[in-house]
Amino acid sequence: MKGIREKFSKFTGFFSILWTHRMGRAGLIIFALFAIMALFAPFLRTVDPGRTGEVVNILQPPSLTFWLGTDDLARDIWSQVIYGSRMSLLIGFLAGALSIFIGSLIGLLAGFYGGKVEEVLMRFVDFFMMLPELPLMIVLAAMLGPSIWNIILVVSIVNWPTTARVVRSQVLSLKERAFVEASRCIGASDSYLIFREILPNVVPIIFAQAVLMVTWAIYSESVLSFLGLGDPTTITWGMMLNFAFESGAMSRAVWWVLPPIVSIVTLILGFTFFGTAVSDVMKPGYKEKLGL
Amino acid sequence: MAIKGFISFTLRKVLAAIITIIAITCVNFVIFRMAPGDPIRMMFRDPRVSAEQMQQVRIKFGLDKPLSGQFLAYMKELPKGNLGISFWQKRPVLEVIADRVPQTLLLVVTALVIAIIFGTLLGAMAGWKSGTRFDSIVLSVSLAVYSIPTFAMGLVLLLIFAFFLSVFPLGGISTPASGYTGIRQILDVLWHMVLPAISIIFWYVGEYVLLTRSSMIDVMGKDYITTARAKGLKESTVRRGHALRNALLPVVTMTGVNFAFAIGGVIEAETVFSWPGVGRLVYDAVMKRDYPLLQGIFLVFAVSVVLLNLVVDLIYGYIDPRIKVGGEKEVG
Repeated sequence: MKGIREKFSKFTGFFSILWTHRMGRAGLIIFALFAIMALFAPFLRTVDPGRTGEVVNILQPPSLTFWLGTDDLARDIWSQVIYGSRMSLLIGFLAGALSIFIGSLIGLLAGFYGGKVEEVLMRFVDFFMMLPELPLMIVLAAMLGPSIWNIILVVSIVNWPTTARVVRSQVLSLKERAFVEASRCIGASDSYLIFREILPNVVPIIFAQAVLMVTWAIYSESVLSFLGLGDPTTITWGMMLNFAFESGAMSRAVWWVLPPIVSIVTLILGFTFFGTAVSDVMKPGYKEKLGL
Repeated sequence: MAIKGFISFTLRKVLAAIITIIAITCVNFVIFRMAPGDPIRMMFRDPRVSAEQMQQVRIKFGLDKPLSGQFLAYMKELPKGNLGISFWQKRPVLEVIADRVPQTLLLVVTALVIAIIFGTLLGAMAGWKSGTRFDSIVLSVSLAVYSIPTFAMGLVLLLIFAFFLSVFPLGGISTPASGYTGIRQILDVLWHMVLPAISIIFWYVGEYVLLTRSSMIDVMGKDYITTARAKGLKESTVRRGHALRNALLPVVTMTGVNFAFAIGGVIEAETVFSWPGVGRLVYDAVMKRDYPLLQGIFLVFAVSVVLLNLVVDLIYGYIDPRIKVGGEKEVG
């Protein structure tokens, strides 16, 4: 019980330090806004976002009924934007988590075992890093077919190698430390050493990397959807822009194009700010500067 | 001694590049056999096409053979430059791609050169004055610009400057049926290039500012800067001769890696502005479900990234004395 409380206060302590960082605060606020939007989407929407409306409501400018106007199928833009935040966050977090999982595991194994294992794994990482990201994602998404699960899979498959590199180099320096040596001498198993001794010390780096990965995943999803590789039946911001772009009605309906763009950019900016704050805060000497 | 070391270093790098390219061709083959369903079925999404007709096409594309036979045929034809035939254009894939390469090179080289110049200069200035108001403004703006996907930037520019202000064209590379020649034609192409180039430049300026800035801050903590100042050199001399020069080294290495990213930006910008390059071809191939073409483009992109990185590695190994040419080791 004490352990949990200690961990919890460590966790909240970390966020209160982030709150002192200007960018960290901005990032947290932006994230909270979108999270509220995603969680309460059914209460915030005004019209069913997927329902195509009557012909008279096609491409209507913003009004009291349609807060942000309608698209060429008379669907409400405001409601689509609200539901889009759900998809962006869902895809961002799942793809981020999956790529972090793969990357950390490979990095831990390569760093810990060294020798042949490391050689083979890192060659694999180098090879993956050499492949141009967006073309690889496009090709994989085109082959697997349109669905958000495939997008999540594709984004994580392409983005895990940087994490593997970062984690490995951290593990390399950790495994020589005295506390690991001590555990080894008592006869601790490899899995104990990796997951109980080394992993907890790599968590901060993994967390910083996770923020980056989620940002990239949101970014990648929007690009893939815009390029027509998303699932046309699922509303995402990228998909909305794809529809607007393909319809040729962009110039007549700014209200259709701007809300998804503003949403994508604000959300990514929030995560970028947050990520910058996290890496600043983790630098040695930040806490001392605050007088903590 | 040094020459011999450099030759073996070069050989090792070239060998690694060749192995990577072979691995890429294998991966390319595997990815394109992953697709669920029959490619020929997808090619004719028309139920009226008879089974015999489809069988004929299958034989024509070599899809009647078993997978191993297909792989051998693919590996045999590749070195001859045979990347198959585009479903959509009914022409050899290599020819379709080759037609688009010059336009893409024009766009990407122009955009990257401008972005690198502006990005490194701004980044170096911000890093030199780190902690000042100027620095924090440059940093926030760069982070903001860095967070805007290229296609979103392109759409905004398209709306403002092409649709509403009509100062730049909506897309394409030249005014259709204008009959411009000589200098008029060149100006026309440049005029069409402004918006797609800007949408690529923005993102990369952001990236290069962030890179150069952190590299500059890093370098300024080094002893040789203190030494240079202690010698009584002028601030501007220290900045240009000592700090900037060393700060640029990691930036140079990143240029090769960045080229792979640049391909992403080019695909987005060319799509938004219908720029007739390889990037737009990716979008068209996706839309037309033209798998041989998509496969070919991916191969061309991947191989050119490997080659470019090879060149950067070799140049870097030649210039930077810190890379021990004999037993080269990771430079951290």
